[in-house]
Amino acid sequence: MSSSRSAWPALPALILLFCFFLFPVARMLGFSVEGGSLDWYAKALGEGLYLRVFWNTFEVALCVTAICLILGYPLGFLIATTTPFWATVGFIFVLLPLWTSVLVRTYAWMVLLGRNGVFNRLLVDGGVIADPIPMLNNFTGVLIGMVHVLLPYMVLPVYGAVRRLDPAIVSAAEGLGASGFNVFRRIYLPLTLNGILAGSIIVFVLSLGFFITPALLGGGKVMMIAVLIEQQVHETLNWPFAAALSAVLLAVTLAIYSASQRFTRSELQQP
Amino acid sequence: MAEPSGELRVEGVSKRFGDVLALDRVSLDIARGELLTILGPSGSGKTTLLKIVAGFERPDGGAVKVDGADITSLPPARRDIGMVFQNYALFPHLTVSGNVAFPLEMRGVPKAEIDRRVGEALAMVELAGYGQRLPKQLSGGQQQRVALARAIVFNPRLLLLDEPFGALDRKLRETMQLEVRRLQRRLGLTTIFITHDQEEALVLSDRIAVMNRGAIQQIASTTEIYERPANDFVADFVGESNIFHGTLTEPGYVSLEGGRRVQINSGPMAVGRRLGVLMRPERFVGGANTFVGEVREAVYLGSSFKLRLACNDGLELVVRQPARGKLPEAGERVTVAIDPDAIHVF
Repeated sequence: MSSSRSAWPALPALILLFCFFLFPVARMLGFSVEGGSLDWYAKALGEGLYLRVFWNTFEVALCVTAICLILGYPLGFLIATTTPFWATVGFIFVLLPLWTSVLVRTYAWMVLLGRNGVFNRLLVDGGVIADPIPMLNNFTGVLIGMVHVLLPYMVLPVYGAVRRLDPAIVSAAEGLGASGFNVFRRIYLPLTLNGILAGSIIVFVLSLGFFITPALLGGGKVMMIAVLIEQQVHETLNWPFAAALSAVLLAVTLAIYSASQRFTRSELQQP
Repeated sequence: MAEPSGELRVEGVSKRFGDVLALDRVSLDIARGELLTILGPSGSGKTTLLKIVAGFERPDGGAVKVDGADITSLPPARRDIGMVFQNYALFPHLTVSGNVAFPLEMRGVPKAEIDRRVGEALAMVELAGYGQRLPKQLSGGQQQRVALARAIVFNPRLLLLDEPFGALDRKLRETMQLEVRRLQRRLGLTTIFITHDQEEALVLSDRIAVMNRGAIQQIASTTEIYERPANDFVADFVGESNIFHGTLTEPGYVSLEGGRRVQINSGPMAVGRRLGVLMRPERFVGGANTFVGEVREAVYLGSSFKLRLACNDGLELVVRQPARGKLPEAGERVTVAIDPDAIHVF
């Protein structure tokens, strides 16, 4: 610690972090190795059933990230390059969901997506389809709900990356003969890769630990790791196993985070 | 380098941003291989004009033509115009070679030819061997050379330079100016150069177009602009000047506001006409018009003294004199004189 800058003002926050974050996490890790054995980890990583849940979780997280990227990149790009008025409108629509409770939004999706929900009623009554499409209590429902919650986390980093790009660079590329597609492929894409990476990692990591949305929209049919942990805590009361599962999730998250840090700090960084 | 570059014609181009008329029916012609400087203060519309020529802005009216073909509505990518931006706008993620190869790749030039032409272009700007560096690993002057190489490598029909020397220090700026001029002459590139620096304009140009408030004030050769400015603005903006106004009272004599009579070479002007009178500070080397003044301010400039004089008849004069002897002190009385032929009237 440098002598010129005092650490004292940060003390309350440090105490808070220690008491309510570090200590509980340490306690949890302690639970997971109760009695000095690694049996619970062996169970978590060794049994096909639980590996399936991990795999499921990754699958959902990957799908959510991919969809968020496909939807979020053009949106962030548009907001970053449009007129100030439309940028504000875009921001309101992107940020509005962030200011609403996840629980409220998830229940709203249940109303919309159900067998007799708003969407299916409109489609069936409108004669577009004969039978309702199952959109709730399955993979589709979980994806829709999670993408909706996580989309802003993709849009904002992309927006930031596009805004940081010097407009003269884009003009230069156009002036040198680049078509719209080539301007995107050769200039925008490589120079906003940082934003894409940042957004993807945030969305992916947040997806891994998602609980409310898969629990409510998955109807027990889409088992993600956080849902499993909750079951172990509440239903089977197997706290050591829940702790071991949590530790694995934490380790995976930290590994992804540190890998991404190394990646974004490398050559790809803009000056 | 193959095809010759083009000749540019700007016809009555206007552009309005909200309430501001950025360009008011601007017309100009640039001959093949000519370097025309557009000189003006910020907000004069010179950058808007350049953007319209490059295709980044659409004019509200008028036309831009290269070799007679109307390119007003062509997108920038299809204009074949090389441009060096104010801050160079190099692609930060591409190497020097990658930057210079970019316009050739966009034109589908075969790989082997790209390599050859990139090599040639880099050699031309004396950056051979720097191909694998990234722009951020180069100095300001080197970045500028890359930008220049990138702008000329595809044999553009026009070269546009948007205040490219602004970010360089004085010494480097002078080197780069001469280098750009040499290269431009060698390649016979029709070039528009934008600057607010009148000294730079005089060094580089064949002709200068002085702009103010969205209109061209005068287009002429560098000597013409300096010696025979068309109006107050040009006289004041280009070089140091003493500008007065008066009336031609009899052939060869103008009576300035404040009463001072000055002998001029009026030519066939009508008596009674209102005149602008320009006396350049360095032209006070003796002649029929004598001014006696008290030194208000004296500055030593190495090769010359610059004096601000308050004259008897209420005139204030700036004069430059060869730095000989002692720098006059404030309050000293000094006599200076100027020849009628050295005074420009407009």
